[in-house]
Amino acid sequence: MELLEGEKEVIISQVSEILGKHKHNCENLVPMLQEVQNQLGYVPELAMEMIADSLEVPAVAVYSIVTFYNQLRLNPPGDHQIRVCMGTACHMIGGQIILNSFERRLQIEEGETTEDRKFSLERVACVGCCAIAPVVVIDDLVDGKVTPTRVDGILLSFENSNNNEGKKEQEQKPVERGEGQE
Amino acid sequence: MGEKKNHAEKQYQEIKTKAEVKKPLTQDKTVVMVGTATCGKAAGAIDVRETFKEEINKRKLNAEVVEVGCIGHCYAEPLVVISKPGFPSLCYGNVDEGLSSRLVEDYLVGDDPCYEYALVALEPNEEFPTFTDFPRGMFEQKVILEQCGLIDPEQIDHYIAVDGYHALAKALDMEPKEVIEMIKESRLRGRGGAGFPTGKKWDFCCMNVQDPVRYVICNADEGDPGAFMDRSILESNPHQVIEGLIICGYAVGASQGFIYVRSEYPQAVRRIYTALEQAREKGLLGEGILNTDFSFDIEVFQGSGAFVCGEETALIHSMEGKTGMPRHRPPFPAEVGFRGKPTVINNVKTLSYIPHILNKGVEWFQSIGTPDSPGTAVFALVGKIENTGLVEVPMGTTLRTLVYDVGGGIRNEKEFKAVQIGGPSGGCLPESALDIPIDFDSLQEAGAIMGSGGLVVLDEDDCMVEIARFFLDFTQKESCGKCTFCRLGTRHMLDILMRITTGQGEKKDIEILGDLAVDIKNGSLCGLGKTAPNPVLTTLRYFMDEYEEHIQGKRCPSLMCPELINFYIVPKKCSKLCSACVGSCPVEAIYTREDGLKAIDLEKCVKCNSCPLACPPEYDAIIKVSPPERVEELEKENA
Repeated sequence: MELLEGEKEVIISQVSEILGKHKHNCENLVPMLQEVQNQLGYVPELAMEMIADSLEVPAVAVYSIVTFYNQLRLNPPGDHQIRVCMGTACHMIGGQIILNSFERRLQIEEGETTEDRKFSLERVACVGCCAIAPVVVIDDLVDGKVTPTRVDGILLSFENSNNNEGKKEQEQKPVERGEGQE
Repeated sequence: MGEKKNHAEKQYQEIKTKAEVKKPLTQDKTVVMVGTATCGKAAGAIDVRETFKEEINKRKLNAEVVEVGCIGHCYAEPLVVISKPGFPSLCYGNVDEGLSSRLVEDYLVGDDPCYEYALVALEPNEEFPTFTDFPRGMFEQKVILEQCGLIDPEQIDHYIAVDGYHALAKALDMEPKEVIEMIKESRLRGRGGAGFPTGKKWDFCCMNVQDPVRYVICNADEGDPGAFMDRSILESNPHQVIEGLIICGYAVGASQGFIYVRSEYPQAVRRIYTALEQAREKGLLGEGILNTDFSFDIEVFQGSGAFVCGEETALIHSMEGKTGMPRHRPPFPAEVGFRGKPTVINNVKTLSYIPHILNKGVEWFQSIGTPDSPGTAVFALVGKIENTGLVEVPMGTTLRTLVYDVGGGIRNEKEFKAVQIGGPSGGCLPESALDIPIDFDSLQEAGAIMGSGGLVVLDEDDCMVEIARFFLDFTQKESCGKCTFCRLGTRHMLDILMRITTGQGEKKDIEILGDLAVDIKNGSLCGLGKTAPNPVLTTLRYFMDEYEEHIQGKRCPSLMCPELINFYIVPKKCSKLCSACVGSCPVEAIYTREDGLKAIDLEKCVKCNSCPLACPPEYDAIIKVSPPERVEELEKENA
């Protein structure tokens, strides 16, 4: 993927900072990648190369880790990440129908981002809220008992709130990763 | 050794005296406890909490709003417990902002506890029934869930005030060997799924005396779809797990522990970090714990979403920065584990039992459950059941009790069809298997496994072929790709199941499925592959007739598989005066006929199931039919 102007500098500065925080050994590889994704929303090629250099391993070794783990993504997500739960309870009660509804409304397939970069759509194995299935996680907010008509409502609420950027849920602070102890 | 005795105990009592001041449920102050675990939050607990805070501040009441974890009654989220001096502590379900303001007005200011909204009382009283007065409470026995939802997980003092970390003090006043002996004697079995004796595992780890470096890891990589016990415990009472892990570390002689937790559980991760920090401040973690010479610390490692990493060797690989692929065992991690050192890996629930066994003794533990599987079992009860939630019952309880008494039976008076137990590695058990007692060995005989405790109840509307396809789809995606049979075999099985659920199944498919299942079981290295065919094998064993209907009749008897059904509006039942279905359709497939009744354009229909739900019950005009061609016949009949 082609990087836009200025993106390269951001990646270099962010990744350098993350590299500075960790000891350069393989055990810290996954925590570093998670932190990169936390900061940038995805793991760019450049970041993988930089991390590979610092660990003195071939870049393909880092690439294999990124593609192995579901959490790590190779493409930038949309402004709002929609994740539809595909756990057992959600599936049996219509999770696939909800996913289809989002696909239809956003005109993208699961795993893609809309052209205006506003929404990206993913499936998630289980968020552990099976009692209120089917569940959708939008950014960090868990929403339960979703129906196809609610899907329209959810997307509409974003269109409306776009003008007045008032986020009602301030609860979710980003998790400090890898800083548990020294 | 004599001098060492009671050293930790003394230090502990000092900490406890200080903590007791902050006890959550005291009789001299009103406390409002709002359950804000992930599930509570999703149901709107944050708004409820804010309303309580606002209303209480506005009226300048002497009341405290505390955030707690999950009490297990997920069907009634958001849940609030109010404890007011002079009244029994009452738990309210389905609380919204309106009810919150009313409770403040009527109960906190006035003295009317609004019994009509109360779910249950926490302690015996004259006014309102308690948990033990309901069938669920009669069969439940809470050990590791006892404090969940009743203490603030972000305040260590709450945990200490209910005797938390006392077991750690007791353990530190014992010899490590004595601790292992005690766990061995208790016959505690690992709750991760396989049921390996915990004490034995700890003992193995100590075999290698030459190497002093050992590690202990708490496995909180709960990847089973449909299970959330570990998340709930970590969010509701993280200190219990941490205490268990420290004791484990002391017993096997480790000085470093890890908690391997899924990053999909951000709130659990946050609460673990907070809890660890607080434990360090209190001197319960770090250098010289409780003034003894035992030093131990815990780091958090966040898993990045690979189901196979729940397998212990894969988990170790992923912690070492490799792809999470399992390796051959032996050597077991207890001999060669993380960084090549002896490592004990225990599940969240297993570790949660440790403090209780040390506190209450081996005999107490064995008095619960069955001789071979002592203790309790924690289940995430979900699916088509009345009272979904987290339950804890003694081992040996039958599935029937769990579904009908504890879970309250099937939702909407539907017919019970099966329970899916053990997640993607488990199986579907029919009505006839409901009297099986729940323990590690009986379930295995029936073709399922205990697993980590997900229990999904299925009713007459659920297609068993489809559920087998769903789990195969999951294991196929999560297969790490190391063993050929697992990688290609699951793919092949999935293809066959896809064909069957879309009406293209052939007679020979059933035989091929059976053969593949055996080959995958034999040809795979780890638990994921060895158990992957279980959902297919159990559905073939108990629900063969459904497979045959799909293959021969090209129809789905449960009316679930989208390719094999169509929706139809029965003209005789439909009303000209109503257009509820039109509005519910997301793709505008429903139109008004010339005679004013509604009909579905099957070309446009996406089979989203919205219209039957929207159709008012007095008409109940929209039906599903299978095979799909049945619509044409019906149209002719009703023309």
